Amino acid sequence: MASLDTGDGGGGHKKGPGVKKAKKLNTRVDMTPMVDLAFLLITFFIFTATMNNPTTMDLNMPKDTDKKDELTKTKQSGALTLMLGKDNHIFYYEGELLPDGSNFKTASYSQVRDIIIKKKREVEASYVRDPACEAEKQNAGKPISLCKQKDFFVMIKPTDESSYKNAVDILDEMTINKVERYALVKVADTEMDLIKATEGSAPKQ
Amino acid sequence: MPSVKIPKKSTDTDMTPFVDIGFLILSFFIMATKFKPPEPVPIVTPNSVNSTELPDNNAVMISIDKDNKVYFSVFAKKDPAIADEIVRNVALSRNITLSDAEVKNFRNSITGMPVNKLKGYLAYPAAEQSKIKQDGIPVLDSATNELVWWIAASERAFAGQELKYLIKGDGESKYPTFKAVVDALKRNDKLKYNLVTMPEGVPGNSDLDAYNREVQRLGTKK
Repeated sequence: MASLDTGDGGGGHKKGPGVKKAKKLNTRVDMTPMVDLAFLLITFFIFTATMNNPTTMDLNMPKDTDKKDELTKTKQSGALTLMLGKDNHIFYYEGELLPDGSNFKTASYSQVRDIIIKKKREVEASYVRDPACEAEKQNAGKPISLCKQKDFFVMIKPTDESSYKNAVDILDEMTINKVERYALVKVADTEMDLIKATEGSAPKQ
Repeated sequence: MPSVKIPKKSTDTDMTPFVDIGFLILSFFIMATKFKPPEPVPIVTPNSVNSTELPDNNAVMISIDKDNKVYFSVFAKKDPAIADEIVRNVALSRNITLSDAEVKNFRNSITGMPVNKLKGYLAYPAAEQSKIKQDGIPVLDSATNELVWWIAASERAFAGQELKYLIKGDGESKYPTFKAVVDALKRNDKLKYNLVTMPEGVPGNSDLDAYNREVQRLGTKK
């Protein structure tokens, strides 16, 4: 009971040297624990916050058809075929596949953008002015530059061993390089054989 | 000798502004956080440069996990009865009648069961469903592609309303599964889909970048 100051004998308010003055209490509170807690909560909410919401990529597929006149026609000179193999390999050829397979090449996902751009520039360079197309784009408020690539067509052929990410990456590449015409196509047997034959020597990504 | 007194300065700083800012940021994050809905099936989607936001109403989502299993879920906030109708129809196509409680359990679930196991799965409430290992909706064999029924049922249930098909695939899933999903949609004459991806920046100097600037220029000219 040492700390209790009860005064002596309840003598009331005496003034004198023996009476202790009431101490002035410091009103400052130590805020450190509160700050600690606040920042702990901030870190928690920063980590759990889902800031980037998922987005969607539009995909339009053509209707399956057997009729010849409903099929999309492409110019051989403007065609680029990309085949997606296993382990992130890409195989590609321009135009039509030669019987000896000499224009059948391999690439990785980091190189594919350059290949697409190179082919696209090639097609754009051989563009002959098409006033009908240009007028149409102008009316729609779109750049006329789109007409330059009207013969450009990319065929994407994912094999059974490629992953979904591979397909999405290539579709994304189409968006990035502003390829207007592309399609997901089934791999032909001759191409599959070539893929199998060259798979071992393909560059690793 | 008189000593020079250096005045003692207090090392205490006033932390009040610091605390103010701290709590301001804290309240911002508390309000801005939208908690992720519990995902019974973890799916890591690939990235893309697209920036269209995901619709969360009037849509059905077909998910593919990394083991190539296919799941189906319905987003019908305005009218949850639509989800009930879909699952009832799918079950009926195999002559299975679901009870009202079982149908209710489907509403917010992500279902990946063959139709013949559907009743057993939906007997559990949504909270417990995540503990059950699902087989995935069979799609790979075109003769028993059950996803076709699911899509047909949603098409009927959403009749007259806009309906979007979301495909959420895991990056590691194999392409044939995705193709089978697309085939199932094609068999219902559905040719437009939305692939769910995570956002990614547009690379500079790309043609898309140039195109966007060109479109902007054309827009301001008018």
